[in-house]
Formats: sequence, C-alpha cells, structure tokens
Amino acid sequence: MDENVKWNHGFKIDIDKHRVSKRVNLNNRVKNIFAFSTLLVMVVLVVLLYDIIRESIGWLNWEFLMKNLSIFPEKAGIRGAILGTLYLMVIVIPVTLILGVATAIFIEEYAKDGLLQRMIRVNISNLASVPSVIFGLLGLTFFSRALGLGSSILAGGLTMSLLVLPIVVVAAQEAIRAVPMFLREASYGMGADKWTTIWRVVLPVALPGILTGGILAISRAIGETAPLVVLGIPTLIMKIPTTLMDDFTALPIQIYYWTLDTVLTPEYAYLAAATIVVLLITLFLLNFSAIIIRNKFQKKL
Amino acid sequence: MNDNISKVDTSTDIVYDVQGLNLWYGDKQALQDINMKISKNKITAIIGPSGCGKSTFIKTLNRMTENIPEVRTSGKILYYGDDIFAPNVRAEELRSRVGMVFQKPNPFPKSIYENVVYGPKIYGIKNKKLLMEIAEESLRRAALWDEVKDRLQENAYGLSGGQQQRLCIARALAVQPDVLLLDEATSALDPISTSKIEDLVLELKKDYTIVMVTHNMQQAARVSDITAFFLLGEVLEFGETESVFTAPQDKRTEDYITGRFG
Repeated sequence: MDENVKWNHGFKIDIDKHRVSKRVNLNNRVKNIFAFSTLLVMVVLVVLLYDIIRESIGWLNWEFLMKNLSIFPEKAGIRGAILGTLYLMVIVIPVTLILGVATAIFIEEYAKDGLLQRMIRVNISNLASVPSVIFGLLGLTFFSRALGLGSSILAGGLTMSLLVLPIVVVAAQEAIRAVPMFLREASYGMGADKWTTIWRVVLPVALPGILTGGILAISRAIGETAPLVVLGIPTLIMKIPTTLMDDFTALPIQIYYWTLDTVLTPEYAYLAAATIVVLLITLFLLNFSAIIIRNKFQKKL
Repeated sequence: MNDNISKVDTSTDIVYDVQGLNLWYGDKQALQDINMKISKNKITAIIGPSGCGKSTFIKTLNRMTENIPEVRTSGKILYYGDDIFAPNVRAEELRSRVGMVFQKPNPFPKSIYENVVYGPKIYGIKNKKLLMEIAEESLRRAALWDEVKDRLQENAYGLSGGQQQRLCIARALAVQPDVLLLDEATSALDPISTSKIEDLVLELKKDYTIVMVTHNMQQAARVSDITAFFLLGEVLEFGETESVFTAPQDKRTEDYITGRFG
C-alpha cells in the first residue's frame, strides 16, 4: 500500500503529504538567508568600528577631550566641538520637545478628523524624510540671513530643531494614539475636561513613547553635518563660545573638516577617528538611555 | 431653569425624565422615541440583545455620546427638571453628578490611592488629609477598603479584575455623584466578583440612583427594581422588574427573557 492512501482517511481530495518536507526545507533555507543578512550587517559594523577604533588609539585621551583646537595635530583637542554640540542641544531639546509634543497633541486630540488634518499628518511625515541639506538652506535663508543670526549657536540650533521636529511630532503622535480610549473615557466620565484628561492621563501614559522619540531625534541632531555645513559653521574656532549668539563648531563638523584636510596633514585622519569614537559613544549612551526609559515606564503598565 | 446643574433641586423622586429621545450615528438611527422616567434610589436595569441601543442610551444620560463623531440627538432628557442638552449645561458638570462605570475595568496606570482621588483632585481638592478621608470613604462604600488598605500606594493593575472594577466604582463615588451608570459592569468578571458587585450595587441603592445595562437576565431579575427592555433602538417594555419578568406585555420581551433569541 503506498503512503498516500494509508494517510488518506476516506477524504475524496488527495493532499500531497510530500509537500510537508518541502515546506520544512523552504523554512530552513529562508532562515539561512535571514541569518546571513544579519551577519553581513554585523560584519560591516564590526569592520567599521575596528578601523575607526584602531586609528584613534594613541590620539583619544582625556587631554584630547579637554584641549582647544589647534592646527598642529599634536596640540589639537575637541573641547570647543564638544561644548558646541552641548550648546546646540540646549536649544534643540526644549524647542523640539515643546513644539513637537504640542503639535502632536493638537493633531491627535483637538483637530477634527477632516481633510485638513489628514493633509497636515501626511505632510509632517513627508517632512521627516526631506534631505537635511534642504533644512540647511532654509536655516541659511531664514535664520542666518533674514533674522541676521549668522552662523551662531542660535541659528544652528533652530535649524537643527526644524530638522528633527517631524521625528518628534510623529513619535509623539503615535504615543498619544496608543493611549487606550477607555482611559480617556474614565477621565471624561468623572467630569474631567479635555485638557485635564490630556495632562493627567494621556501624557503620563504616552511619556515613554514621547521620550524615546525625543532621544532618537536628539541622536539624529547630534550626528547631522549637512545643515551646519550649509550654514557655514566654521571649524577653526579658537574662542570657546559663551553666549548663544557666538560662533561655534560641533563634533560632526569637526570630523568633516579634518577628513577634508587629510591630504595635507595625514594626522588629521587620526584626530577625525578619535572624534568619531567620541560621537559614537555619545550616540550609544543616548540610545541606551532611550531603551532604559522605555523599559522603566513599560513595567508600570 | 437653573443656570447651574450643580444647584438643581434633588428632592423630587424623578431623577431623569426622558422625553422623545432620538439618536443617530450619521444616517443610522440608534434610538427611537425613548420615553422613560428613572426614579430616585432605585435600580433601573436596561436589557436587550446586542446592538439594541442599551449602551448608547446609558451613555446619553451623562452625554458621553458627545465624544463620538457624527452623533445627533433630538428630544429632551430632564435631569431633576433641567434639560441636559440645554446650551448652558456643561457636560463636565453633568458628569460630576452622574458617575459611570464601564464594561471593562479601566483603572488608570497609577496607584490605588491616586485612582480614587483622581476626581477630587481635578475638582481642586489639594488637602492631603481630606483626600485620604475621601479615598477611605469611597473605598469603604465600594467594599474594597479591607482588601486594599495596606497597599494603597501599589499600582492598581496588580488588583484582580473584580477588585479593579470595584476600584472604578470607588473612583466614581469619590466625585460624590447622585447617579451611577453601570454599563455592563460585570460582563468581564467571574461569577464570584459579579456577585460581590451585585451585593455592592444593592447596598449603594440607599444613597444613589443606579442605572445598569446588563446582558444577564438573572442579574436584572435579582438586582433591579425597574426593568426596561430595548429592541432595535426602541423601548418595548418598561415597568417593575417583577411584572416585566413574570407578565411581559409584549411577546418579544417574553421571547427574549426566556432565551428564545438574543
């Protein structure tokens, strides 16, 4: 008796049982493809990190972090660039969080679900994918020239804020939308008005999502170079900025200019590598804190 | 008419007088010409098959339907003689008098204490001692105090489903309403938790007027004084629970309560 009949419990339709082994095989092959893709990404990352870390050895030390800039590689440090990046964040963080969350609240909670609201939603998502150079040009035209802010920290910070604002808005929108309707109903049912409900119920529940989006946006702003190049942020800053109207330089800009000049001064490549390591550690710490915040709040729910 | 629904005269026996209420979701009519009087310190049960408008009706009583887009209403709902749809009546004020408990327990992801004092806090009470008194009194009335008095600062999500629902009742009571609307408040609970809530509702009737939507015929028969039977957005039967269950006027009511449909 052949196998097909033995397993066929009186059904009229014959099912090819050999297909089972075919499917299992396919599953194994697909799994290998996925594993290979993951491996490829990991290899690229490891090679990149290895190369950069190897080049930075001997150059990256405490002194390098604390010294001011110099045209002589042995004397150069990135204190100005680190402070510049920090000052940039002093503007970017409050501007994007306040404007971004306010926009998301309006769109999700107050605006009626009409054509206009849908258009605003779609366009904010579109803005998130506009190349950063375009934001640089906007910043140059509006903040630097029209408002006369030049290449100051304020001009750079506001330009960066515009660049990452859509990311914060979209993240906050999603976090707010994910707050269950039954929690809002509970609040309304006790006579709370809309704002009270948003402030006491919706925002606390949406906070981890908003913060995660905020930190990711800040990571993006820290690593962005193009808009600052377009704004004409100088690299050779001998004077440490003290007010928001001062000229400044930032970590990615510093990396950019050093790599440009490696033909004349080969040691600049090592300085750039050391700066990249600093930038990567900063980004890693930021992303790590985003994960911590998310986990900490999620456990409460 | 009073400007302020908080100052209405609550001495009469008719809490709600619903007159010719119609409600539409867009083009679809969900409630048709509802006329009903809801009496003080009585438990009124709303029964009927799914989609008959029970939940819609109970949510109209504290204007929760307003949060749903495309809802239109006509007719009157008099709350102690004042039309709740009148332009000078704020939904927020009405809801502070008419508390609601929902189908699924919906405590906030906060501590047990913070859940109960949520209402008093939004009405501006800041005094810690006073808030604690309100919390204790509300939890006692909701028959939950003894179970949670040692863990008030713990997250409400650690309570069982039945405890969460009683916490939601305590939270509604903390605002000191006159009316309590229960929208299938026991349908997500096990029989033991359900019977605890039924006992509680019978106890609460002394101080509050209760309107409850239920899918459970036995529950309506056990607990309520007055029963309304809804079918396809209309009230087919309305009267003393005993007479509705023993001698229904309409054949369809009889079919429903004896389990022939629904």
